[in-house]
Amino acid sequence: MTSDDIPALTAQLARDPSSLVFLPLAELLRRRGQFESALTVAAQGAGRYPEMAGAWDLVARIQSDRGEGDLAFDAWTTVLRLAPEHVGAHKGLAFLSYRAGDHARSLRYMQRAAELSPEDAPLAAALARARERAGARPIPGYAEPAPDPLAVLDPEAGRAVLVDRQGRILAGGVRAADGRDAAEAVAAALGGITREADRVARLLGLGAWRRIALEGGPAHFEIRLPTVDAVLLITRPSEVPAGRLALLADRATATARRWLEELR
Amino acid sequence: MSLTDTLDTLTRIAGVRGALLVSREDGLVVAEALMDSLDGAAVAALAASLTQRIGGMTAALGHPEGVLVQLTGSEGALLVAPAPGGLLVVAIAAADVNAGELRLGLLAAAEQSA
Repeated sequence: MTSDDIPALTAQLARDPSSLVFLPLAELLRRRGQFESALTVAAQGAGRYPEMAGAWDLVARIQSDRGEGDLAFDAWTTVLRLAPEHVGAHKGLAFLSYRAGDHARSLRYMQRAAELSPEDAPLAAALARARERAGARPIPGYAEPAPDPLAVLDPEAGRAVLVDRQGRILAGGVRAADGRDAAEAVAAALGGITREADRVARLLGLGAWRRIALEGGPAHFEIRLPTVDAVLLITRPSEVPAGRLALLADRATATARRWLEELR
Repeated sequence: MSLTDTLDTLTRIAGVRGALLVSREDGLVVAEALMDSLDGAAVAALAASLTQRIGGMTAALGHPEGVLVQLTGSEGALLVAPAPGGLLVVAIAAADVNAGELRLGLLAAAEQSA
């Protein structure tokens, strides 16, 4: 297909919004550099077919092209949840990790992609170059342990909790002002807050929401989304400036994201 | 300073698309100054609902209500400051707004609306 097919595909999608024609249409728009339109088409398709790994892969590639690394990371992570052996997602995550300066992680993704696609000669060559640059030598029997998010999330117990979108605790904990364990109640509240935030962001055109900050009272709070299906709450006494808490939340979000990715 | 003046002060900040005073109990607009095609009733209802949800979390922690809530998205932000008298001061802004300036403006507006 070529760019000349775009009008016909657009018309076809308009006639039948449930058609899978959104896949070639978004791909053609992407290749033509019309990233905004491509993302609109692909995201609507992924929304209509949320279990289709190929749709999320397309969304991720467009977001990567737009320089939206975090969003692309989330989308490719979704692909791997749906299809753990998706070569494109491993390659995409390798690229994003490399761009973020995490060469060790990039190498691991590339290695997995090469295992899944042994006939991919350019990939094998890229992997060999990356290994050479990293000076990597395989050590039989050694596997790097998954990072422990609690080391960052919870340096002082009861100040950070990671939950899934259904309000179930994944890691950490949080204590109430009187010292009692409030993690379960807060996890349930976070489930409702994130659904409401989704609705607010969608209806008010705020784009994909990444952060809720709450200032005041005896404590400040930051709510983040390390991945599309996890929510992080981090809190500190209000003596800790809000900007510093935001930086702590950035670090905790990145750590939680890596940890979740290792779990999957 | 009138309610309208208070809101106009906020909308003069670059990047602010609108500001509202909202009744927190029912999510209805008390006063509004919207700069473009925003639906004031929708903004009011959504801001009140989100604030209520977040209030549920702080209550579960035994904390009083916060002074400022900021929801940040890739394309814009919603800021809400609870004010005395059961009101909320709400602003909706572009992603590149000076958040520090808007934060101060909202907190001042919340005080003035008492």
